[in-house]
This record gives sequence, structure tokens and C-alpha cells, in this order.
Amino acid sequence: MSLAFDPAVDFALLLAVPGLPLVGYVLQIFLRKNLPHGDKLLTAGMFVSMCLTLVLGAKALHAAHAGERFFHESAAHGLSFGWLYTKGTVPESANIVLGILYDPLGAAMLAVVGIVSFCVHLFSIGYMHGTKRYPIFFANISLFTFAMLGLVLADNLLVLFIFWELMGAMSYLLIGHFSHDPSQPFFHRWATWASKKAFLTTRIGDCLLFIGIFILWDKFHTLRFTELWAAARETVAANGGEFPAWLTWAGLCVFGGTVGKSAQLPLHIWLPDAMAGPTPVSAMIHAATMVAAGVFLLGRMYPLLSPDVLAVVTVFGASTALFAATIGTTCYDLKAVLAYSTISQLGFMVAAVGLGGVVAGMFHMTTHAFFKACLFLSAGSVIHGCHHVQDMRLMGGLRKKMPVTFACMLVCTLAIAGVPLFSGFYSKDKIIQAGFLRVGDIQTFDGWSVYALICLCLAAALTAFYMFRLVFLTFFGEYRGNLKEHRYSAMLAAEGVEGPDPNEHAEHDEPSHDAHGAHGQDEHGHGGHAEHGGHAHHAPTPAAAHVVHAEEHGHGHDDHGHHAHEPHESPLVMTVALAILGFLGVFGGHFWLTAPQTAWSGHPWFEALVSEQSLYGPEIAEWIAPEPVGEAVAHHAHLHEVAHHRAVLASLCVAGFGIFLAWFLYIRRKDLPARVVAFLGLGYTAVRRKYYVDELVDATVIRLTWVLVRVQKAFDENVVDGLVKLVGSTNKLGGNLAAWFDKVFIDGAVNAVAMASQVFGAAFRLVQTGRIQQYAAFAVGGAVLTAAWLILA
Amino acid sequence: MGLGAYVAVSGALFALGVITILARRNVIYILMGIEMILNAANLNFVAFNRFGSMQLDGQMFAIFVIILAAAEAAVALAIVLNVFYLFDSIKPSEADLLRE
Repeated sequence: MSLAFDPAVDFALLLAVPGLPLVGYVLQIFLRKNLPHGDKLLTAGMFVSMCLTLVLGAKALHAAHAGERFFHESAAHGLSFGWLYTKGTVPESANIVLGILYDPLGAAMLAVVGIVSFCVHLFSIGYMHGTKRYPIFFANISLFTFAMLGLVLADNLLVLFIFWELMGAMSYLLIGHFSHDPSQPFFHRWATWASKKAFLTTRIGDCLLFIGIFILWDKFHTLRFTELWAAARETVAANGGEFPAWLTWAGLCVFGGTVGKSAQLPLHIWLPDAMAGPTPVSAMIHAATMVAAGVFLLGRMYPLLSPDVLAVVTVFGASTALFAATIGTTCYDLKAVLAYSTISQLGFMVAAVGLGGVVAGMFHMTTHAFFKACLFLSAGSVIHGCHHVQDMRLMGGLRKKMPVTFACMLVCTLAIAGVPLFSGFYSKDKIIQAGFLRVGDIQTFDGWSVYALICLCLAAALTAFYMFRLVFLTFFGEYRGNLKEHRYSAMLAAEGVEGPDPNEHAEHDEPSHDAHGAHGQDEHGHGGHAEHGGHAHHAPTPAAAHVVHAEEHGHGHDDHGHHAHEPHESPLVMTVALAILGFLGVFGGHFWLTAPQTAWSGHPWFEALVSEQSLYGPEIAEWIAPEPVGEAVAHHAHLHEVAHHRAVLASLCVAGFGIFLAWFLYIRRKDLPARVVAFLGLGYTAVRRKYYVDELVDATVIRLTWVLVRVQKAFDENVVDGLVKLVGSTNKLGGNLAAWFDKVFIDGAVNAVAMASQVFGAAFRLVQTGRIQQYAAFAVGGAVLTAAWLILA
Repeated sequence: MGLGAYVAVSGALFALGVITILARRNVIYILMGIEMILNAANLNFVAFNRFGSMQLDGQMFAIFVIILAAAEAAVALAIVLNVFYLFDSIKPSEADLLRE
């Protein structure tokens, strides 16, 4: 098979990549339980889809290896679908034509999404088995995968937006998967609430993105990426090298979409609550899809972002990275740590784009997809193995009990912490290098970059710290799952936390109390236990530690033939998925690709594949990142080298410091964390409560919305309803008048006619006796009278 | 005896016929009343023919009326029989279906 890209065949294959999950979805959603082995069928379809992405990705790598430009638009080959024709009113280019854009970034992303989605499908077979709505779950993750694959392949902003929204809708369904499962006392209601929150929060960003799309359409009359880039370049050139204000606004609006989808600072609140979904969904949403879409959008729109927008992007990204990392250090919920880690890493990617390192940002997106998916699935495996405990204080010492999970989690933690030779190191190093490059060059030096660099370095240190804290708490030390309930309660009370998730929302407390109460009654019973043990094993991820406690007291609800308290390794189907992702988590950033002419160029595959040139074409690349000429070449190279050295040094230092700190606090001196907490006092509480952002949003946005709603309600009730009622009563009055007139005059006339005929009828009836003699008498009488009248007259 | 006596007898006969028709409770008497009226008319025809200038017109009319009276009696008796079958009675006050 030739490794050259063949438009005739390969575009069809590219269509099949998202097509297979879509077909799987349609089959599964309509046949439901009638589809035999639906889970395995859909996973097989996903496997084929993944293989296609790999084959096509190999073609991209082959082209990069040969030094050719790999950039394929189906519209350029006439293989596109004309959708909206607005010819005649605006220039001809204003037609919306749907097509496929397959470039190195798309190739890389497609392969990543394919692999991660396949692994998640595979993992779900083991993890979700036996839960309610199992077929629906598979249908939904398939459609979710379809949406992400479609988004990656979109060649214009509108198609991207369609898939973007589809993903929003699917995330709603998947996060809320347990909201239909009353056997999940804690998740049942949290999921309902969290899915709504995720949907509404991302909607704010989506509105901004849509406004941005409108601005671009209005000004450029096109939404195709290639045309947008060229148009932006021409507009800026025509404007004397400056970005016009409206383009800046459009860029800000597009970034607004990223803020919502990729959980950047003000709109990050949905992501931690998205943990209410099943763990494979978390892995899906927080690794390769959904949140990556926002960063991917930035990569696609990068040439349109003005320096002002990039400064905003930098500040938001860097702030988010540090902000989320600090929260991550205080969480005790296994998945919450990973959720904040995701927000933090997304901050890295966004900041990288803002700092001009768009390639570094995209690189981190791919490596992060692997190791974060692996981390989430490992966490899922731990939760599965620990019978749905999510609190790290109830774990510990799982190293020997779950060796495969431990190995996968460890290597991915090393990767995310930025330890050399692991994938995360290379991508994160590139981001920090982009920062140093900005700060090191007097021409690009600015305060925002310095701020971003400091934030990112601190965040990197904290990342290493909280990830190793997680590993140490979970896998090292003694198994603490047998802690007595009162001890755990005391611990929680000291912490000031009611539930395992520190989300102090009213809706959270209620179900957890419910769960507690319900199981407390079962404490000495037996019938309740059997049932409880039965569903507790199959029910994935009930975070409620209360549930677990009730389980502590119950005996004999053993599904696997060993003691239910003992954590156990997950089944093969899950560990295989973990192993694939773990391997890629380590080596996903490697696969050094050498160009034949440069022998050992030392570029990881992603950098060999993706560059400004290969992404946007030589002209745009020259515009956004001009190649130095003449004397500047040496200076440029020098700057790069200095930045590289500083970045490596900084990365190593912060990673080493973070890991050392975690080791010191959680292995060496276990008494210290409590004292540090006591020392920090209110500061710790603030971080523990996630800087009160949720409370702030509650107090401002939600309260304000309620006030507005009440005002509108009052307006509606008094003014609008009043008007309606006025119209109503006027009509009623008119109706009554008409009714009166009708009754009195119309009916009166009719009745009068009827009565008259009755009266006449009655009168005539008297005469009409039917007796002929009477008739004859009348006749004679008449004749006599007539005769008398004639005679007398 | 002049014309006046004939007309007086004829008028008396007519009045008796009318009273018979109106007052009697039996159809047969009513038929007889009709005959009396017809004969009162015949008497008038004959008397006016005798004292008038006309030739035999009055006599001819009288014969015509007698023939007509015979035919009428035949038809009327048939009707009376049918009335009897229908109402089990020959009282005209009970045959009041005309009211309907």
C-alpha cells in the first residue's frame, strides 16, 4: 500500500472514521437490547475506526518524513457538499460548502481521538457491565466520539461549531448518565444537577463563539479555515500591519468558546462536577475530546488572533493553570484531583497558544490526551477495585493489590509531572520554552509573558506535587479502607466536609444524607445487605463514602468469591485498555522522527509533523512567525538555545521539587500535612473550598438570574397578564352585551314568530273539528250572513 | 195560485233540508236532507219554467237533477257503508278524521 495520500480513496476513508461510530450509535440506539453484543460490536467498530486513523496518520508521518507538505482539503478536490448557497446577495465565496480538512494537526488529533476513544470503549465493557442503561451508554459514547472526530475533520468554522454543539449535548447526556439510575443514591441527583451545570456553563462560551462566527462571516463572507487565514492576513496587511478592532473582538469571542469548552477560569466550574458521570466518560471528556476541542479550535484559529487577544489568552491560560493546580493539592476525591489537574493542564495548553507556542500547545494536547485518559481509567480501575470508594483517605497500599493499575498510573503520573523520558516532559518543556523565548527576547518581552511564565512554572511544580500526592496516598502506605466509620466521620468533621466531594451544594448534601440514613438502618439487618452488596458491586463510581461505610458493616455480600473489603485488580478487558494508554502515555511524546536529509534532527514525531508551516501554509506561517534572515538568524538560534536550556532546567527543577515535596509530606513525614494545613488556616480552607468560585457564582450570577427572573415574573404577572386580562375582560363585556342583545332581540323575534303561529294555530284548531256538519253549519251561517248583508245593503 | 206559493213551498222544503243536514245525527237522514234540497231546487226549476217565457229548459233541468240525485244516492250510500266499516258507526260526529 502506498503511503502517499490518495484523494480518491482517502477522503472516503476519512468519512468512514466518524461514520463507523455514527452507524454504531444508530444501530444501538434503535435496537437497544435487541442488538446482540452491542457493546462488543460498537467497540469493534471503534477499533476499525482507530485503525483507519492510524493508517491515515502514517501517511501524514510519511509525508513529514519525506519533507513534503501534508495538507488536504476535500473542497480543493471538488469532493465537498454544498450546503447553503447564498449566491447573488453576497460574493460567490459566501456559499457554505462542507468538506474535510486533513492536515498534520488533524491527522495527529484524529489518531489520538481514535485511540483514546477505543480504549474508553474497551474499558467500559468491563467497568459499566451490568449497570442500568448499559446499551444507551455505549450508544452515547459512540456518538460523542463521532462528534469529536467530525470536529477534527471539519474544514470550516460552521461545521466545527455543529460538532462542537453536538459534543455539548452528548456531554450533557453522558454526565447525567446516572440521573436515570435511582440505585445510585449519591450520583443520582448530583448527576442531574452536574449535567445541567455543564451544559449551561459551556453554553455561555458557545454563545460567544457563535457571535465570533457571525462577525467573521459578516466581514470575510467565508468560514473556511484556509480562506479565513488568508483573508485575515490580507486584512491586516491592508490595515498597515495592525489588527482591526473588530477582528480583535472576533478573536476574543472565539476564545470565549474555548474558555467555556476547555474550562478556563471563569467558566471552569462545570468540569469538576462533570465527575458525576461514569469514570470512562470522565476519561473521554477530560482527555481527548470535549475539553481538547477548545484548544483545537485555538490551533485552527491561531492566525486570526491579534496580539491583544493572545495576551488575554496567555493571562487566562496561565491563571487557570496555577489556580486549578492549587485546588488540586487539597482534594481528597481521587477523581476531583484529576479534574483539577485537567483544568490546570488545559491552562498550560491555552497559555502556550497565547505565548506563541501554538505547536507546543497542540503537542501538549496530544500527550495529555494519552496520559490523562490513562490516569482517569486507572482511577476508574482503582475505584472499581475498591468497590466504589473514591476518597483517597480510604485507600493506600494498593500497589501490591492492583499491580497493573499501579504501573499504568505511576508512569502516567511521571509523564504529567514532567519527568524526563516521559511524554509529558517534552510537551510541557516546549510550553515553558515558549514562555522563556518570549521573555528572553527584548522585542517580545512583556509583563503578561513574565506573569504567565511564573504561573506556569509554579503550576508545573504543583502538578508534580499533587499527582505524586495522589499516587502516594493511593498506592503506598497501609490500606486504610477498613477505617471505622466514627474515625472517618471525625476526619470529615475536622475537615469541615460533609461528603467525599467538597462541593457544598444543597443538592449534594441531601442525597448523601439519604444514603447515610438508608444504610444506617441496614446496619444490623440482613435482607438489606444482600441487595446492597449486589448493586454496590455493579454500580460504578458512587463517590459517597457513606455508602461504603454501610458496606463496611455489612458482611457476606461477596460477588467474586473473596472478601469484599479487599481491593482487587480489574478484569483483563480493563487492564488491556490501561496498558495501551499507559504505553502511549510514556512514549506518546517520543517516536523520534528524523528527516532523511538532517539525519538526527531530534524532533519528536509531533514537532516533525506539525509546525506553523505545515499547519497554515508557508505564507501564513511567514506572516505569523517570520523566519529570521541575515544576521538575525544567529541571534534567533541563540535565543532559542538559551530558552531551551532555561526551560529544561526550570522543568527539571520544578518537577523535582514537586515530587520531593510530595514524598517528604506523604511518605517521610506524614504528620506534616496536618500541621501545614493548621499553619495555613483560612488560606487552606479557601483553597479547599475552591476559592469559593461556586459560591461566588451562586451569589452573583445565579442570584442575579433569580432576581431577574423574579422581576420578569412580576412584570409578567402584573403587566403582561394585566394586559391579557384587560383584553379578556373587554371581550367578556362585549360578549355579554352581544349575548343580551341576542337573547332579548333576536331570540325575542324568533320566539314571537313561534308564539304567533302557536296562537293562530290554537285559534284555528278550534274551528277545525273535522265534523262535516259543523263545517256545513259555518257554510250556511256564512251564506245567511252574506244574504242578510246583500238584502240590507 | 201564483208563483209565490211555489217559491214558498220550495223555500220551506230547502230550509227543512238544511236543518235536517245540520241537525240529524244519522248519515241516512243527512242524505235525505240533501234529497230534500235537491227537490226544493227541482220545484223552483219547474215553477219558474211554468211562469216564465222559457220553453222546456226548467223541466229538462229537473229531470237532469233527478238523475243526478239517483247517482249521488248510489255513491253516497257506498260512502256511508265504508264509513260504517271504518268507524263502526254512521254518526257524522264520530267520523272526524278531517281534523287531522
